[in-house]
Amino acid sequence: MDIPYTIEPRRDTGLYNAKVGIWLFLASEVMLFGALFSSYVLLRVGNNAWPHGLLNIPIGTFNTFVLITSSVTVVMCWANLKLHNFGRAKLYLAATILCALMFLGIKTKEYNDKFIHYAIRTAEGKEITGHIEGDPHFLTLKKLRAQKVETISFAADPEKDSRGHETKEAKAEEKAHAGHHEFKPIKVSDLTYVSSYVPSHSTYFAIYFTLTGLHGLHVLGGALVMTYILLFSNKMWKAQPERVTNRVEVAGLFWHFVDLVWIFLFPVLYLL
Amino acid sequence: MHQKFLGTPLIGAKHGAGLDELTWYIHMLMFALFVGWSLYFIYVLYRFRASRNKKADHTGVQSHLSTWVEVGVAVTEAVLLLGFAMPLWANSVRDFPAENQSIVIRVIGKQFNWVPHYPGADRTFGKQDIKNFTAQNYLGIDQKDPAAKDDVIVYTGSEVAVPVNTNVIIHISSLDVIHSFKVFPMRVNQDAIPGMSVPVHFFPTRVGTYPINCAQLCGVGHYSMKGTLKVMETADYAAWLKKNSGAASSADYE
Amino acid sequence: MASTHTTHSAHEAHVHQHHEPGFWSKYIFSTDHKVIGLQYGITALVFLLFGFLLMAAMRWQIAYPNQAMPGVGSLLQKLVGPDMVANDASGKPGVMTPDLYNSFGAMHGTIMVFLAIVPLAFGAFGNYVVPLQIGAPDMAFPRINMVSYQCYFGGGVVMLASFFIPGGAARSGWTSYSPLATVADLANRIDGQTFWLVGMVLLITSSLLGAVNFITTIIQLRARGMSWMRLPFFVWAQFVTGFLLLLAFPPLEAAGVMQLMDNVFDTSFFLPTGLVVSGVKMDVSGGGSPLLWQHLFWFLGHPEVYVLILPAMGIVAEIVACNTRKPLWGYKALVHSALAIGFLSFIVCAHHMYLTGMGTKISTFFQTTTMIISIPSVIILTALFLSLWGGSIRFNTPMLFALAFLPMFGIGGLTGLPLGFNASDILLHDTYYVIAHFHYVVAPGTIFGLFAGIYYWYPKATGRFMNEAWGRIHFALSFVFMNLVFAPMFIQGLSGMLRRMADGGATYSLANSVGVDGALSQFIIDLNKNVSMAAWLLGLAQIPFIINFFWSIKHGKKIENDNPWGATTIEWQTPTPPPHGNFDKEPEAHRGPYDYSVPGAPKDFSPQNQPV
Ligand code: HEA
Ligand code: HEA
Ligand code: CUA
Ligand SMILES: [Cu+2]
Repeated sequence: MDIPYTIEPRRDTGLYNAKVGIWLFLASEVMLFGALFSSYVLLRVGNNAWPHGLLNIPIGTFNTFVLITSSVTVVMCWANLKLHNFGRAKLYLAATILCALMFLGIKTKEYNDKFIHYAIRTAEGKEITGHIEGDPHFLTLKKLRAQKVETISFAADPEKDSRGHETKEAKAEEKAHAGHHEFKPIKVSDLTYVSSYVPSHSTYFAIYFTLTGLHGLHVLGGALVMTYILLFSNKMWKAQPERVTNRVEVAGLFWHFVDLVWIFLFPVLYLL
Repeated sequence: MHQKFLGTPLIGAKHGAGLDELTWYIHMLMFALFVGWSLYFIYVLYRFRASRNKKADHTGVQSHLSTWVEVGVAVTEAVLLLGFAMPLWANSVRDFPAENQSIVIRVIGKQFNWVPHYPGADRTFGKQDIKNFTAQNYLGIDQKDPAAKDDVIVYTGSEVAVPVNTNVIIHISSLDVIHSFKVFPMRVNQDAIPGMSVPVHFFPTRVGTYPINCAQLCGVGHYSMKGTLKVMETADYAAWLKKNSGAASSADYE
Repeated sequence: MASTHTTHSAHEAHVHQHHEPGFWSKYIFSTDHKVIGLQYGITALVFLLFGFLLMAAMRWQIAYPNQAMPGVGSLLQKLVGPDMVANDASGKPGVMTPDLYNSFGAMHGTIMVFLAIVPLAFGAFGNYVVPLQIGAPDMAFPRINMVSYQCYFGGGVVMLASFFIPGGAARSGWTSYSPLATVADLANRIDGQTFWLVGMVLLITSSLLGAVNFITTIIQLRARGMSWMRLPFFVWAQFVTGFLLLLAFPPLEAAGVMQLMDNVFDTSFFLPTGLVVSGVKMDVSGGGSPLLWQHLFWFLGHPEVYVLILPAMGIVAEIVACNTRKPLWGYKALVHSALAIGFLSFIVCAHHMYLTGMGTKISTFFQTTTMIISIPSVIILTALFLSLWGGSIRFNTPMLFALAFLPMFGIGGLTGLPLGFNASDILLHDTYYVIAHFHYVVAPGTIFGLFAGIYYWYPKATGRFMNEAWGRIHFALSFVFMNLVFAPMFIQGLSGMLRRMADGGATYSLANSVGVDGALSQFIIDLNKNVSMAAWLLGLAQIPFIINFFWSIKHGKKIENDNPWGATTIEWQTPTPPPHGNFDKEPEAHRGPYDYSVPGAPKDFSPQNQPV
C-alpha cells in the first residue's frame, strides 16, 4: 500500500500532504520570526539610545520591490503550469530565482558597506564614525595594537543630527569637497575603541544582522529549492505534471512567506 | 503553628506566618485529594479485579459525582487564590512601607559573595557609574560625590546587618550573573539580576543570625555563596554600622 | 525489538514487490516508520541510561561531598581530566569538582528531557504506533522522517562530544540562563555551552520536522471511517504533542541563535551594560536583557513539560482500556482536556519566573492561568481513574506500570499547586520541592508510562512476550525505589534545602553554620545518603529490564495470535511484525476505538475495523 494523497487532495480536507506540511512548517517559521521580532521590540524598548539612519533606505526600498516582483513571477510560473505551458513556466521560475539572487547580491553589498564603516572612540569618550583609508574589513583596536600600527587615516562622516539626517553645515561642507572623503591621520594611542559596524558593535547591529541574516538564509534556501525544481523536473513533468505543479505551489507558498517576512523587516529596521 | 506542620524553617519576619498558612492550606487541599482518590483507587483495584469480576460492564460509571469533585477543587483553588495568594503577593510586591520610616539598603550579589551598601546618615547612596570602575572600587562609586562620603560598603564577609522591629527595604542587584537573595527565616526571595535593581521588604521580628542563600545557579561557587543576615537591637546595629563605616573609603578588596 | 523479525514468513514475501533491501537501507537509512521508531527507541533508551549514570555520579557528591568516588573515581578522572575530577586529601582520585557537578547536572537535565524522554515518547512510540493505529501505510513524508532521526542522532553526538572538549560540557543548568551561560567558560571561545547550543539547534530541527510529519500524517492519512472522534486517545495525545513541539520550539531556536551570537561573536543580546565579571569590566556593547532569555526559554519550557507527559497519558489510556476490558470513561472529556492543555500551556510559562521582580498584575495573570491549566490534567486523571470502575482488571506487567502511573502523576501534579501560587513559591522556589515535584511526574510518571508501552507493544514488534516474572520484579523494585528517591525530597525542600548544590547543601548544614538560626538539620542532610542509596538501587533494578529486553527478542514466549492482549485498536489487527506498508488490504474503521464488552458481541472485544 503506498502513501495516499501525495498528489490528489484528500476529499474532506481538500489538501494534498505537502500542502498541509508546508502550512505547518510556515506556522513554526512564524513563531521563529515572531520571537525575533518581539526580541527586537524588547531590546529596543530596553535601550535608551537606539541608532537611526544607519541603513540605506533607497537600496532597501529597491530590494523590497525585487522581492515583491519575485513573488509575482512565482505565481505566474504556477499559473503557467496549471495552463500546461511548461516552457513559459520555467521562464518565470528562472526570473524568480534571478530576483532572489539579486536580492542576496544587494544584501551582500549592504553588509559589506557595514563592514568597512567604522566607529572609533577617543580617550575623552567621544565617538566618531567614518571610513579608514583602504577600506579594511573587521579592523579592531586589538588588531591595530598587535600589528603595532602607529596612525590610521580616517575620514569622518558628515555631521548628522539625532534623527540621522545630515545637518545644514555638513551638506555645505560636502558640496565643497565634491563628495570625496577627506582623510585625516589619527594616532592609535589616542583611541580607546575601534570597530566596524559588526554585530558586536551594538545591540542594534546584533539584532539587525541576526534578523536579516536569518532571512537571507531563507531566501538562499528558497532559491536553491527552486533551482532544483527548474533543472530536474523535465522527466517528472512528462510522467506526472501535477507533481511538478504541486512542488512549485509549495515552493511558492514558502516564497510568499519569505517575502512577507521582508515586508515586516523593511519598515521595522529601515524606516522606524 | 503551620510552620511546625510543614517543617519549614523558623519564622523571623512579620509576614512569614501568613505565607506558611497559605502553603499549609494548599497542602490540605492536596492531602484531601490524595487520600480521597487513593481510597477509591485501592477499593476499585480490589473490587473489580479480573478474578472477582469476570465480565466488565460496557457503560461503567454513570454518576456525575466526579464533576462535582472537580468543581469543588476549582472553587477551593479560587478561594486560595483570591483569599490568600493575591493579598500576600500584593503585600510583598506592592505595599512597600514609606522609605523614610524604613531602613533602606542595597545588597549586590557578585560571583560568590554578597556586598551590602548602606546610604549612611544622609540616607542617600553615593552616585555610581561604570566610568569610575577600578579593581578596588568595582561598584564604580563616584568618590567626589558628597553623598558617598558617609556610605558604608562591606566588601568582604557577605554580612548584612538590619535592626529588629523596623521596616527593612533591600534593593537587590548583581554585578555579573543572576544570583538570588533568599533568606528562609525572613521568607524573602528575590532574584539578583545584573542591569536591574529590585526591592524587597520585610519586618524582622526576631533578633538572630540567619543564612543568606543564593538560590540561582551562578557558577562554580554557587553552593558556597552563603552570607549571614544579622537582625540586631537598634543600638547594636548602629555600633555595627560605625565599626564598618571605615570600609567605604579604604575598599580592602579581598 | 532491536531487529525486525529476521525469518520472513511466506505471506510477507509477496508483499515485497521490489528487491530485498540490504542491511544499510533496511536498518540504518530506512524510511519505514517502524524501523525509524525502533532507531529512536534504542538510541533514546541508551541516552536514558547515560542520563541516569550522570545522576548516579552526582548522587555520590550530594551524599558524600568531596570524598573520592569508590571504583569509578580514577576512570572518571582519566575521562574528563584532573581539573574536573580532583584527588581527595589522601591523593585518591575521584572527587567531583563543583564545575563537574554543575556540568553533570545541566547535562542530566538536557539529556533526560531532550535526548531520552521526548525521543522515546514522541519519536519511538509515535513513529511506531500512530500510523498503525490510524490505518496508514507509513508517515506522510518518509524521507523527512529519516532526516529527523539523523538530526536527532547528530544532536546527541554533539552533546556527548561536549564532555571531552577543553572546558568540558555546558554547566549552566538545563535552563542555561544568561549571563552565566556566556561567562561560565570565558577561557574557551568554543566551549561546552556553544556545543550545547549547536546540539540544541539540531535537536530542535529534528523535533520540528517530526512535528510537521506527525500532524500531516494524522490529518491526511486516517483510514476510511476513521473520523476525528474515533481516533484512539493515544493518537490525540501525540497530535497535541506535535503542535506543542511545532509552535513552542522555534522561539527557543531564536534564543539559541542569539545566545550563540553572544558566546561566539561577542554580541550582548542577553548581557546588560556595565557587566563586571570576576573583577574585570566585560568588553561588550551591553544593552541586552538577561530576562529576554528566560522569557524565550520558558515559552518553550512549559509546553515542553507537557510534551513529556501527554504521550505517557496516551499510552496509559490505551493499556487501561485494554486491561479493564471496558471503554475509557469520558472519551470526549479526555480529548477536550488534551486540547485545552495544548492551548493553555502557552500562557502559563512565567510561573517559572515569579521571583524575577514581577509586578502584581503579571504574576496574578500567570498564577490564574497556572491554576486553570491544572483543571484539564485533573479531568484526564479523573477520567482514567473512573475508567477502572466496573472493569475486569488484569494485572499484567504493562497494566501494573500503567496503574502505578496514575497516583504517581497525581502526586507530581498536586505538588505543582503550591509552586503555582506565587506567594508559596517564595518559600519553595529553587528548593528540592521543585525537584521532587517534577521528578514525580517524569520518573514514576512518564518513565512508568513508557515502560508500560514497551512491555505492551513489544509482542507486536517482535512476535514474542517480554518475560512476565522478570517484568513484575522490575516493576516492584522500580516502584519502591522511585518513591524512596523522590518522597524524601519533599521534606528536604520544605525544610529549605536548595537545588543545584554541588555539596548537597553541606555549606548550609548546622555543622558548617555555627551560631546561625535556620541552618539545615543533620537529619535533612543525612536524608541525602538514603536518597542516593535508593537511586543506585533503582539503577540496579533496571538490570532485569535490560536483560529481559534483549533476551526476549529471541527467547521470549511466542504470541499465539497477532492480537495477544485482545485489543480493539487497529495496530493489533496486522501481521506480526507489520510488514512494510503495514496493511495488505486498505483498512476501514467501522466503530469507536474502545468497543470492549459490547453486550451481545461474540467476544469481549470488537476490533475497530470489524463491521458493526
Ligand atoms: C512532565 C512534566 C511536568 C508536569 C506535567 C508539570 C505540571 C505542573 N507543574 Fe511543573 N515543573 C516541571 C515539570 C512538570 N510540571 C519541571 C521540569 C519544572 C522545573 C523546571 C526547572 O526549574 O528546572 C517544573 C516547575 C514548576 C513550577 C516552577 C517552580 C519554581 O521553579 O519555582 C511551577 C509553578 O507554578 C509548576 C507548576 C505546575 C502545575 C500547576 C502543574 C499542573 O499541570 C499539574 C496538574 C495536575 C494535577 C493537579 C493532578 C491532579 C490530581 C488528582 C486529580 C488526584 C490525585 C490522586 C492521587 C494522588 C491518588 N511546575
Ligand atoms: C525529564 C526527565 C528526567 C528524568 C527521567 C530524571 C530522572 C532522575 N533524576 Fe533528574 N532532573 C531532570 C530531569 C529528569 N530526571 C532535570 C530537568 C533536572 C534539573 C537539571 C538542572 O538543575 O539544570 C534534574 C535534576 C535532578 C536532580 C537535582 C540535581 C541538582 O539540583 O543538583 C536530582 C537529584 O537527585 C535528580 C535525580 C534523578 C533521578 C534519581 C532520576 C531517576 O528517576 C532516574 C531513573 C532512570 C531510569 C529508570 C533509567 C532506566 C534506564 C533504562 C531502563 C535504560 C535501558 C537501556 C536499554 C534497554 C538499552 N535529577
Ligand atoms: Cu550566587 Cu548562586
Ligand atoms: Cu511550567
